Amino acid sequence: MVSITDQSIDIGALQRSVEDDGAGGTVLFIGTTRDVTDGRKVVALEFEAYKPMALRELEKIVQYAREHWQVRHISVTHAVGRLAVGDPAVVVAVSAPHRDAAFEACRYIIDTLKKTVPIWKKEIFSDGEVWVNAHP
Amino acid sequence: MFMTINVLLFGITVDIAGKRRMALEVEEGCNVLQLRRSLQEMYPELVSLRSLTLAVNNEYAPDTHTLGSGDEVAIIPPVSGG
Repeated sequence: MVSITDQSIDIGALQRSVEDDGAGGTVLFIGTTRDVTDGRKVVALEFEAYKPMALRELEKIVQYAREHWQVRHISVTHAVGRLAVGDPAVVVAVSAPHRDAAFEACRYIIDTLKKTVPIWKKEIFSDGEVWVNAHP
Repeated sequence: MFMTINVLLFGITVDIAGKRRMALEVEEGCNVLQLRRSLQEMYPELVSLRSLTLAVNNEYAPDTHTLGSGDEVAIIPPVSGG
């Protein structure tokens, strides 16, 4: 299950969404944002998404994970809009019979999400704003 | 002959172009590479970005992809989700 939300992410709900009697292990990755970038204090963040394509790319990533690891359930949610430092920006939950698959699938999902899903982060400082990674 | 495509902008490209969407007239047979070059001519600041990928109708498209009338083309600057 994949989603993009403009509300704060309910981590407990995501964990519950992957619960399964057949699961021996559940891995939860919570992506948060640090408070300092290059020595500058981050005041807030904004995330923007090309929503229909982002959902499509997230589905592809989840589908790949299902095909390559023995997992029970996968849930991924990414937040959009304005977030405070420390707010969860993305949560990936994977349940599996064995923990190796849960760890590996979860790692694959977040690593790939960061490369391919059309979502953008802007860091807001007290004296300016910067779209992350836009320039070399 | 010309055709209309619908261009959507995201992230820093909105700041550069000053808009989130635009309808563009392009030549029939125009491909992704040609469109990217046209956009870079219209908005030279796009050249300084780390990357500029285009997606056509919600799919990443290679430079050789030929555009069609009414296509939704998204300008994808470097992604930074997660």
